[in-house]
Amino acid sequence: MSSTSTLEQPIHFQTSPDQYRHWKLSFDGDIATLAMNVDPMGGMREGYELKLNSYDLGVDIELNDAINRLRFEHPEVRCLVLTGSLDRVFCAGANIVMLRSSSHAFKVNFCKYTNETRLGLEDAAENSGLRTLAALNGTASGGGYELALACERIVLVDDRNSAVSFPEVPLLGVLPGTGGLTRITDKRKIRRDRCDVFSSIAEGIKGKRAVEWDLVDAVAPLSRWDETVAKEARTLADAQPARAQKGVQLPPVACETVEDESGRTHLKYRYVTLSLAHAERTAELCIEAPDTGAQSAAEALEQGAAWWVMQAFREFDDALLHLRMNYRDNALVLLRAKGSEAVVRRTDALLAAGENWFTTEVRHLVKRVLKRLDLTSRSLYAIADEGTCFVGSFLELALACDRIYLLNDPDHEVKLGVTALNAGPLPMSNGISRLETRFLGTPEAVGAILAHQDKDSFDAETANELGLATYAPDEIDWEDELRLAMEERTSFSPDALTGMESNLRFAGPETMETKIFGRLSAWQNWIFQRPNAVGERGALQCYGTPNRPEFLIERT
Amino acid sequence: MAGIDYSQKIPNNVDLKSDKRLQRALERWQPDYIEWWKEMGPTDFNEKDVYLRTAVSVEKDGWANFSYVSMPEYRWGIFLTPHEKDPLIQFGDHMGQEAWQQVPGEYRNWLRRLIVTQGDTEPASVEQQRLLGHTAPSLYDMRNLFQVNVEEGRHLWAMVYLLHRHFGADGREEADQMLQRRSGNPDHPRILSTFNEPIEEWLSFFCFTMFTDRDGKFQLLSLAESGFDPLARTTRFMLTEEAHHMFVGQTGLQRIVRRTLEVMKEFPDADPAEKGAFPLELIQRYINFWASSCYDLFGAEVSSNSANFFASGLKGRAYEDKFEDHTALNQFKAVERFVDGKVVTEDVPLRNAMNEVLREAYIADNQKGVDSWNKECEKAGVPFRFYLPHHRFNRQVGEFAGLRFHVKTGEPMGEAAYQAMLEETMPTAKDRSHVKSLMVGVREPGKFAGWIAPPLRGINGQPVEMEYVKL
Ligand SMILES: [Fe+2]
Ligand SMILES: [Fe+2]
Repeated sequence: MSSTSTLEQPIHFQTSPDQYRHWKLSFDGDIATLAMNVDPMGGMREGYELKLNSYDLGVDIELNDAINRLRFEHPEVRCLVLTGSLDRVFCAGANIVMLRSSSHAFKVNFCKYTNETRLGLEDAAENSGLRTLAALNGTASGGGYELALACERIVLVDDRNSAVSFPEVPLLGVLPGTGGLTRITDKRKIRRDRCDVFSSIAEGIKGKRAVEWDLVDAVAPLSRWDETVAKEARTLADAQPARAQKGVQLPPVACETVEDESGRTHLKYRYVTLSLAHAERTAELCIEAPDTGAQSAAEALEQGAAWWVMQAFREFDDALLHLRMNYRDNALVLLRAKGSEAVVRRTDALLAAGENWFTTEVRHLVKRVLKRLDLTSRSLYAIADEGTCFVGSFLELALACDRIYLLNDPDHEVKLGVTALNAGPLPMSNGISRLETRFLGTPEAVGAILAHQDKDSFDAETANELGLATYAPDEIDWEDELRLAMEERTSFSPDALTGMESNLRFAGPETMETKIFGRLSAWQNWIFQRPNAVGERGALQCYGTPNRPEFLIERT
Repeated sequence: MAGIDYSQKIPNNVDLKSDKRLQRALERWQPDYIEWWKEMGPTDFNEKDVYLRTAVSVEKDGWANFSYVSMPEYRWGIFLTPHEKDPLIQFGDHMGQEAWQQVPGEYRNWLRRLIVTQGDTEPASVEQQRLLGHTAPSLYDMRNLFQVNVEEGRHLWAMVYLLHRHFGADGREEADQMLQRRSGNPDHPRILSTFNEPIEEWLSFFCFTMFTDRDGKFQLLSLAESGFDPLARTTRFMLTEEAHHMFVGQTGLQRIVRRTLEVMKEFPDADPAEKGAFPLELIQRYINFWASSCYDLFGAEVSSNSANFFASGLKGRAYEDKFEDHTALNQFKAVERFVDGKVVTEDVPLRNAMNEVLREAYIADNQKGVDSWNKECEKAGVPFRFYLPHHRFNRQVGEFAGLRFHVKTGEPMGEAAYQAMLEETMPTAKDRSHVKSLMVGVREPGKFAGWIAPPLRGINGQPVEMEYVKL
């Protein structure tokens, strides 16, 4: 029953350039080049070979690491060139055999992660001045072209052979899974009929026509390839003001995993703890602020990755990934935030002010981690009980949850409060703040809450009046109320919950980002389950085998 | 261009006269083709009259009409081997259904890719060989070179015909690109890398026609089985011409061997190289290079494309009718893989192993040539024997790509031992310069360069000393 609660080989998310198996990161002044060079035998598990620069989660973990490192360790870099090291091939997309032999839950989480990585690339371009150039030295198909689409500019080699393509529909009976269909229409704004044609031609479109249709920005012949890429990169870099010369090193996030005698697993970080009760399918996730913190932006920069807020949110991010990938039977997360209110407030002020590049960068990190939480398909309950401190950036954690349980009892102190960070600097993927999303129908409630900005925290009673509590039982009812809520939640269909929660979490405006995730869950994940893809004679199942697909012809 | 009667200019059995669409396409393409030939063909000999064979019909005697003609005036025709009655698809998932006379929509892209990949090799070889006329070892050999060249040109026509006739605007675009890609051009090279190396001397030319054209033969054989009937019929006709190309290669090498053996007999104590011939070991090194690089042309041992092509009935096996079962379903083939430093075999679904099936047939066919050269050695009483390099040796594609294996036994080797072996088994810089040093054109009818023996008989029953090319 609980086949996925613990994987044979747990996945780890910490890496660094000296450990990369699939990418080569090199620097030339303010231009960095990240060359994809996937080790065919370096897949995360047995059973598939990563041929032709096709990727699995391991490849993407390295990519994600590289992008984050560039933002923190190399603020001097103004342009990132993404290219491939293989002859005639840039990247063949996600590995088909890997997808076919993965469980549905893994596939969906794999796609989610790769989507977050690509959005991270776009976020870096927008917010870190890290301009991005996809230098397609060969064919970019499927996920390979989607990766390129996440860059600001795309140059394709014109060797009369190399093309960009979406072979998913014609060859595999599925959809491009990392936002490709959304980016060609909404980002590159290509005409829908051309998108239709493009997405139906397995071999793709190359050369002049690729430029004409705006699938790429430019093509260059092999003999002028290096020169063209260098020039394009130079132009992008030059248009970008310099940020800083010296960066901040990112040590690996350290985590100790402990099993206790009751069979619970504890992932212990310095500021974060994740405790999993496997039998109950619940987890407690706690983040705690320290008693002291940097007083100024300069001091924060000096502390670098050890600055508590940076470390805490990196740990939180790592814990979320473990939860998603390694503990997939978990149903419900009880989330608590604790620690010194004063330190959180001071830290939030530094993050909001953005006096130096580093504090700005850390704010974007916090923003991304919060988005990762928004997109985690677990029921999330914020538990504001005695000793918790949901203030500012920590309040965002509560606002990301599906419900907030608030202990409303004068004998037990619970702190909630707002800072400048609740007023917009940490937007959700719908582009607006969590408060705005929560109170879409009563915008005045947002004002009422934000009026408490820079004042002292408020108590449970006030918080409840302000609309921040889902339930606010007193001490006598608390435990029972919570137990019932947990038991009820874990009894529901996990699929229905995933669908319900992701419907309810993203009220308000639609953005490219929300469309990407929404369509991933609605369409791609649906198609991935259908017999026409994964049935015995489904296209994905048959691809590369002796069998040709046979389709059920009924249109849904 | 209107007004030219293409059906006169282009011998054909495809009713070109009444096919408006095809006429229009060819009107545009044909002048470009002639331009390409003048620029990229055997340029310096375009004015000369050459004793060439021209196919003028598919009748018994129609495919071999000999006359003197200047190459740009050659009548490149379009021929499909005539219909069997209502042909059926012979293999794959559509087996037993009527063969397609029109391109099936679901396979359009795959078919186009097959045709373009095959078609691209045809003009490529003309480009690779374009300077060889200057150093021909005789007028007989020069004529054979040009015969091969014009027929490769016709093979391009054959593929372009299919693209024009069956693939609409896309097909016309692909046809144009066939003339735009150029062998060895860094910006728009020919599709397969082997076809981008220039062929600068005649030993390589004979190796090319022996080994690379034979790859062509096996590709054509497997396409001749295609359920897309026009492709099957076109490639069947091409095979008759391809046979001549391999004849040129196999007998060319045989004549070189014979000449070396003569020199060895005459000067038993001398190095044949000093006497203006090619030592047998040097010839073997060239064989090792050419044969092994041709093994790569068949693709990876295990391939989903090959499974797709077979399943869909587009590309079969050579001589498909010799096999008992034509679905290749629920059958497996033991394919070699390299795991932890050892060669092991693994059963893979037969459809995915079609590349390997074709490669094995190809290697067996090569062996016949090797045997004929060894017969020369035997007759001369020389103990030397030629061999084919092992299928794992010197591979750049597939399971053994970049790995080190013994040229004869195929055993895995360490780097140092392998490099030492290469000195003995692959053409060296010294070999190359020796071969080049002997490349001097011989233009007197009936005379032959000192490194090659005359053929046993001339072309089309003509004497060996006929003036095959009028210079
Ligand atoms: Fe040919
Ligand atoms: Fe040929």
